[in-house]
Formats: sequence, structure tokens, C-alpha cells
Amino acid sequence: MSSVLAADGIVKRFGAFTALDGVSFRLERGRTLGVVGESGSGKSTLGRIVMRLMAPDAGVVTLGDDDLFSMTERQLRMARRRIQLVPQDPRHALNPTMTVQQSLAFQLRAQGVPTREWSARCVELLARVSLTADYLHAYPHELSGGQAQRIAIARAIANNPEVIVADEAVSALDKSVQAQVLNTFAELQSDLGVALFFISHDLAVIEHISDDVLVLNRGEVVESGPTRAVLDDPKDPYTRVLLDARHSAEAV
Amino acid sequence: MSLGTTSAASGGQLDDQTPLTLDASNVSVSFRSPRGGWNTVVDSIGLGLERSQVTVLLGESGSGKTVFARTITGMAHPAAKVEGTVEFDGVELLSADRRALRRLHGDRIGMVPQDPNSSLDPMRRIGGQITETLLQHGKAPNRAAALVRATELLELVHIADPERVLHNYPHEISGGMRQRVAIAIAICCEPELIIADEPSSALDASVGVQVVRLLDDLRERMETAILFITHDIGIAALIASKPHDRVAVMLGGRIVELGFAHQVLHNAQHEYTRALLAAEPSANTPRGELAVVPDEVRMRRDWGPLRDVEPGHAVASTPQEVTA
Repeated sequence: MSSVLAADGIVKRFGAFTALDGVSFRLERGRTLGVVGESGSGKSTLGRIVMRLMAPDAGVVTLGDDDLFSMTERQLRMARRRIQLVPQDPRHALNPTMTVQQSLAFQLRAQGVPTREWSARCVELLARVSLTADYLHAYPHELSGGQAQRIAIARAIANNPEVIVADEAVSALDKSVQAQVLNTFAELQSDLGVALFFISHDLAVIEHISDDVLVLNRGEVVESGPTRAVLDDPKDPYTRVLLDARHSAEAV
Repeated sequence: MSLGTTSAASGGQLDDQTPLTLDASNVSVSFRSPRGGWNTVVDSIGLGLERSQVTVLLGESGSGKTVFARTITGMAHPAAKVEGTVEFDGVELLSADRRALRRLHGDRIGMVPQDPNSSLDPMRRIGGQITETLLQHGKAPNRAAALVRATELLELVHIADPERVLHNYPHEISGGMRQRVAIAIAICCEPELIIADEPSSALDASVGVQVVRLLDDLRERMETAILFITHDIGIAALIASKPHDRVAVMLGGRIVELGFAHQVLHNAQHEYTRALLAAEPSANTPRGELAVVPDEVRMRRDWGPLRDVEPGHAVASTPQEVTA
């Protein structure tokens, strides 16, 4: 099976500091790769590189069959639709002067969807993230954190992406709302076959949503593989430290 | 047991004779609404805190947990309308003047903030910040003695090379170390009460667990009461480690469930608490099927008073039960 997103030997340095040191992974269609690590592990840097928001010092990122970093600007504009970002804080990512409908329509226009179809498509996109058409005319500040995050997801899927990069996308949400957003991600995946590159420091979330997991520590992949196998029987001491932190918080 | 003003204190307290470190009765906090009238952010909460006991305020954002904790320690927002009484060693904290509060804060009531960066002075060395607090509260006769004590305190919070850290500026040490320094300052006068507001949520999980364990260990050694604020059920379970520790679940400015940690976390009776526990992500729940806290429950504000369901465990009744 060919992967929708893959990286090979990614190295990224900031001055003398090596943020990523030879990171490789493969993400297949409709699967979730959980990227876990503590602050400074390099997980967000990796997210930025696979979105081509930042160039690596070495290594290759391929989106489908295309090398992400040898694309022309024009090719890149097309490619950007195939890989979409859902950030940690949706209220900063949504344009505060645009209603929900305007934000979504902006994406549809870029794809050349005819104007007369916008309204129906927007309602459809909201339904995908379990929101009613009542929200079409809301501004970001009128939305709760969970609603805004679901709008950010709707905006991402407006582009029919193959991959969604979720960078701590549920970390800032209250637990009750977090469950809704995690359910939304899972539904999209089973309905649309979109692959998730899911970055989180929260092992409970990673355990729940990921098929495969990549454990990063100081820029290196210390462990990777199917989530169950890695977390049930961690081989690396750092993974064990992360799991200990979680289990000690769980053992009531 | 009476359901009067201190009704909430029934939850988690088996023995009415234990003297309370802090006794809050019927505390309400409201802010003037931009649309006129008042918004009630904390609604008639009664809570007693005991020595060596951890009381966790567990709630989501906007539940009023931080406002309540700040108010009962005499740090109400200046624009707030505060009602009720809070007794701390014979002093009524809500009406105490600034001088009286200044004597209590840092001396008998210690604060551990969420973000140590906002409580430590970035321009001064760690040593100076600890010794200043010690000297100000008369805990050391002179600077040399204060430095010796500061070194001991850093050892107490498990900092390996205290002499070096005393000479460091806050930015030169890690986030976890800064939080330990903040704890060292909070405990330097051996307070009877520590208020810890999400002390681990800005830290990496493994570091956060160490900080929580440290607080757990210190309250036993120093017989301190801890009021611990968190939104994280796992962290609540970790800090409320002793059988007599309590968890208070906050929703919409009220305590809707209060009891010993094992009662609230393993035998939750209030529908909000149950829904919140069920919403925890886990590998055992199939993807897409996480339980969601119903908005009707989360937004509801007309819960009845707390009633005991078993010794030490009190739950706010649902409105139907009240009318029935």
C-alpha cells in the first residue's frame, strides 16, 4: 500500500540545536499516526515541516508520489489542499472578521466551486462536524472552544484533503468538549478515508485515536509501531517514563 | 446532618469535631453584568479544609473554581460582590483589612501558581527571591541564616544542586525546576494552607506528576491543608492519594458532588460527574464512540442543595427530586 504522507531522514537544526535528527515515518490512507512527545521533542517542528511551513536541513517528505520540497509554487498551491492543518487554538486560526459561512466559502472559492453551490456545501460541511446551519452566520468570538475547533475541522475538510495534520487540536478543550471533537475526527476518517497526523502530548488521547504511534524524544524517534504493541510493551525507557506518568495519574 | 449554610461541609467530613483550618460558609461571588444585574460566578458554596487533607476542586473552564479559591483566601477580584463568611484561625478573611491579609499571605497561606513564570521575578536570582520572603516574614534573623534555610528548602523540593540554583535566574532553569522553586517559596513559612491552582498543567506530564507527588509528600510532612484546583481527573486522583482526601466537583459556580476521592471518582452519583468520567478518552472505547457530556447537563444551573448519599458523600439533587 502506498502511503499518503511519508518522511525519510528528516533533520532540522536551529543553530547548534538539533530539533529533528533523522525522523522517518509512513502514514497510509485512512489511518491515524499519533505523534507523541514532551515539549522540546520536535513534534511541532515535524508538523510544520510536513505542511511545508518550514524546510528541513536534510531528508525528504512525500505527499502521495510527490516530493513536497521540489514542488513549484503552483504545484504547492494544489498540494496544500491535500494536506490541511487543524491547530491547537482555533479562535486564533479563524478570521475574526468573517462569519463561519464566509470562512468556509473562502475555501470553496479557491477550489472553483460555483457560487450557487456554496450555501448548500457549507451546510453539508457543518453537518459533517455535527453542527446545524444556525452557525453559518456566527462569528468566531460567538463560538465556544469546541464549536470553533469543529469549524476549523470543517474548513480543513472543505478542501477534500488526504491528510489532516492536527497539532494538539484537542489539548486546549475541556474534557466534555474534547470527546465530541475526537468523535468528529473518527467519523470523518471512517466516512471520508482521510488520514490523520495527530500530534499530542496526551497519551490517553493518542491511545484512543491512533493506529500507529511515533514516540519522539529530543528530535529522535525512540519507538514506533502499532499503538497497542508500543504502549503495551514499551521497549524504550523514555516511552516507559511517559507511560508511568499516565498510569500513576490513572491509578486511583 | 444540617442542610443549612455549611451543608457542603458534610461531604467528606465524618468527624464534626476536627478543627478546620479554613471554614467557608455560603460563599457567593458575583460580577456586574454588562447587560445590567449581576452574574453569579460562585453560588453559595460551603467548604471546610482540614490539616493534612487535600481537597481537590475539579471543574471545567468557567466552573468558578479559581474565583472561589481566590475569594476564600482573601484575594477576591476588586470588582466582585462577595457574600458569605470565611474563617481562618479566628480571622474573618472576607472582611479582613489589607494588613491582616498581608500577614497571612505567604506566611500562613501559601500559593502555588499555575505558571511559575508569572510569580518569579525574571530579573532576580532565585536565592534573593526566597531569602526576601523569609526575611519579610521574620523566618530568618539575617541574610546568612536565610540563605542556609533557602538551601534546605530547595533540597526539600528535590532540587539536586541547590547552591547552583540559588545563583540562577529563573530563565536559566527548566519549567519543572521553576515550579519547584515556586513551591519552595510557598512552603518557606510552613503555612497551614496551600492553594495550588493547576500547578502541573503547564508542565510536561512526567514533570507534572513529580510536582504533584512533591506536594502530596509535603502536606504529610508539614501537616498542611491543600486546596488543589484542576480540570484533570487523572491529576485529581493522583493528588487525592489518601483515604481522607476529598474531591469537590464544580459546575456553574456550585459544588454538585463532594466526597472522599474514592467515592467521587469510583462511585460517582451526580449525573455531571458520571458523564465527565465517561468522557475520558481511552483505548478501550471504540473510536468515534466516546461518551459526550450532554449540554442539558453541562448548562443546567438549577441543581438542588447537597444531600448526603452515604457518610461523607454529598450530591446535589436534581430539580425533579427536589419537587418530588
